Amino acid sequence: MVRVILRRLIQLVVTLIALMTLVFFWLRSLPGGPVDALLGERATPQTRELLTRALGYDQPIWVQYGRFLKNVVTGNFGNSIRTGEPVMEVISRSFPATIELAVAAIIIAIGLGIPLGYLAARHRGRLLDNATIIVTLIGISIPIFFLGYLLKDWLTQDIHFFPPSGRISTGLGNTDVTGFFVLDGLLTRELDASADALWHLVLPAFTLATIPLAIIIRITRASVLDVLDEDYVRTADAKGLRDATIRKRHVLRNALLPVVTTIGLQTGALLAGAVLTEKVYNWGGLGTLITDSISGSRDYPVLQALILLAAVVFIVVNLLVDLSYAVIDPRVRVQ
Amino acid sequence: MRASGMQARRLRTVIAAGVIAALTIGAAGCAESDRDSGGDEGKAATGGTFIFAGAGDPKNFDPIFNDDGESFRPIRQMYDTLVTHKPGTAELEGGLAESWSNDPTGKIWTFKLRQGVKFHDGSALDAAAVCANFDRWYNMKGEAAQSQMIYYTDIFGGFAGSPDAVYDNCKAQDPATAVVTMKKYKGAFPGAFTLTAFSIASPTAMKQYDSDKVTQNGDSFAYSTFATEHPTGTGAFTYGGWNKATGEITLNKNPDYWGNKAKVDKLIIKIIKDENTRKQELRAGTVQAIDFPAPADRKALADEGYQVLNRPAFNILYLGINQKNNPKLKDLRVRQAIAYALNRAQLVQTKGPGGAAVADEFLPNTVAGYAPDVQKYEYSVDKAKQLLAEAGATGLTLNFYYPTEVSRPYMPNPQEIFTVLANDLQAAGIKVNGVPRPWNGGFKDDVQQFGKQDLHILGWTGDYNDPGNFVGTFFGRAKVEFGDASMTDMFTAIGKADATVDPAAKKAAFEQVNRDLATKWLPAVPIWHAPPALVTTKNVQGLVPSPLTAEEFNTVSLTK
Repeated sequence: MVRVILRRLIQLVVTLIALMTLVFFWLRSLPGGPVDALLGERATPQTRELLTRALGYDQPIWVQYGRFLKNVVTGNFGNSIRTGEPVMEVISRSFPATIELAVAAIIIAIGLGIPLGYLAARHRGRLLDNATIIVTLIGISIPIFFLGYLLKDWLTQDIHFFPPSGRISTGLGNTDVTGFFVLDGLLTRELDASADALWHLVLPAFTLATIPLAIIIRITRASVLDVLDEDYVRTADAKGLRDATIRKRHVLRNALLPVVTTIGLQTGALLAGAVLTEKVYNWGGLGTLITDSISGSRDYPVLQALILLAAVVFIVVNLLVDLSYAVIDPRVRVQ
Repeated sequence: MRASGMQARRLRTVIAAGVIAALTIGAAGCAESDRDSGGDEGKAATGGTFIFAGAGDPKNFDPIFNDDGESFRPIRQMYDTLVTHKPGTAELEGGLAESWSNDPTGKIWTFKLRQGVKFHDGSALDAAAVCANFDRWYNMKGEAAQSQMIYYTDIFGGFAGSPDAVYDNCKAQDPATAVVTMKKYKGAFPGAFTLTAFSIASPTAMKQYDSDKVTQNGDSFAYSTFATEHPTGTGAFTYGGWNKATGEITLNKNPDYWGNKAKVDKLIIKIIKDENTRKQELRAGTVQAIDFPAPADRKALADEGYQVLNRPAFNILYLGINQKNNPKLKDLRVRQAIAYALNRAQLVQTKGPGGAAVADEFLPNTVAGYAPDVQKYEYSVDKAKQLLAEAGATGLTLNFYYPTEVSRPYMPNPQEIFTVLANDLQAAGIKVNGVPRPWNGGFKDDVQQFGKQDLHILGWTGDYNDPGNFVGTFFGRAKVEFGDASMTDMFTAIGKADATVDPAAKKAAFEQVNRDLATKWLPAVPIWHAPPALVTTKNVQGLVPSPLTAEEFNTVSLTK
């Protein structure tokens, strides 16, 4: 087991170095750099030159790369070009927002997905099954931003039921402790802030959950169907075991493996930044940070750190999923 | 109903445990709440909180290091300038200086300051403080800091030791009189003294928080805590913090303000980058005002009962003509043909935001120097074809560059504008190659640094009320954008007009310049003036739209 983890960690480091190099050169080959974005319409050629020199972009690309590598190794990701703050500060402000959203979405997806998938499998071919399949197809095929705008229009504009955007009401004056607004409200006893944050979480989490939900339903259903056909289930039934026991001990445990993989991969994808959902709901998480760092100004330092973060998250999640096989399936442990 | 499976039950246990833990922690009150324990919600009955939706992040709150509207919006509420504008107009009136005057050479400017004005930190606004600001800008050290002082470089030419520097010195003749001496006259004065970048900041606070420290770290700049946490001016609002996690900038009413004290208690600028989301927040009532609504939304919002406040137009959109690449464009007749070919009235009607008007000159009619009798180019395809034939330019093919991924107040929908103009040109027999370039990814470089285009659309919002700020900026010297190095008599005429000190003579000189621009030179074709609008909810009163996009919110009140 330890050997497995070690091997995977080495792979992680090698992958990250290769990725960072790729990103470094690719970002700098894009037309239009941070100098223009920083200066606006009124800049004179002298100002442009001043800024290029000040930022070190007039130096040869290898010098810039060397400086970049040195910084990454020492954990210095520099300052954001857009805001001037340390990159780590900018990211650590946005990360909790994405985590909150991703966790909420995954909870919805799992909480609804597994039961519905199981039920669809048990009622295969009947109304519930067919209805579930149709709903999941719709869920997967509707573009997220379209669904988001639709929900916003119905539930926040036509009737003012949910707030249209943001994580918390403007002017509420919530105290920021961890960056997880729901938790912060509990920690500081500002319970209205917690409730307000939860209320703001509903629409975005549902919008974001539609795809993972649809996928989890389908995979659970398929996996359960597979297992229901197995001989041991038929034996258990023939033995006269109660339905609930069969379900708990034999069906679900065995059907779980593919579902867990899916949940892991979906969580990884969500954590890497739900760009569209965050745009629609002005969420202020990593997804928003990514779009701000690309279209507003080519914020290289932030982009580099974000890509690195996304890669790390994905690889770590994958590793955890692989390790969880051993926990769930004893057959894997023996290897 | 069947119970959920094992996985779901385990999950439920975990959640339940988590909730119990959280509630226990909550009961213990692990962390301190930042809210005021008294709560000012009940105190001021008439005040309230005015929430304005901004479109982007400010850079920081030190006026001299900024050049964009999103940064100036909060800065303008916290600081004052020596000279300001009558609300809703571009006319000058006294700000921190009750009155000002200049000597006949235009080099010595005397400001009589208001009495009894204090900065937010309690220190006095006097002539010494004013001079401290001018000296600070002039003596700013370091390429990093200097590269961020865009307006200073533009107006004052250079820093200490530079031969281009316009500023000479500032003397505090007495506590209420500051005398600023320039090395030469610039037409930009006194209008430029209204620029928000030249707001007067507290020298005490600047010293305390090390305001001049601009450091470069890696690929970016870091500013002092004066700029990021302790901006200190004389304005109607004081700084209450910027919560970056929620995108809210909080400004509090300054009860000791020298002018009209703010009617609301709190002003929150909520940053919402998506235009659609801003509109939705307005409709949901979670913000009370938005800036730059999409032209398509204006009518809809007005119909729904929101107040659409039009700013008097102070910008210009033009079709730039580059004479360098295609020699035919050097011929005035060809450029005139282009002007005749464009149906600008129809463009305004179909694509212009509400209140847009065809432009016959490169500056709005509120600026002194606007000539009411310039030659107009009424739409005529026949005239265009005729002129092209005379110049031997029938069958001309031109590269037309236009920007994408951008929306400017003078150019809200570049792609659509390009399409209409290109069609007009095709109808006159000019073949057009459309070349789209992203605003931040090549358009400005290609057009203004390399001059790759034959035609392009671009524009400008005026910074202050001076004809030089429009005409001088575009045509005062040779520019790659227009490939006009040969038009030396144009540069000379504009330079002369700009150097005229006497206001009446300057007005007359610029009027002649504008007539000549239309008749003799025509380096570009003015298209339209497009007033950007603000939209507010019905209960917002007293918000005065400014042509310079320089609204001050101390006059705003909220009715029930």
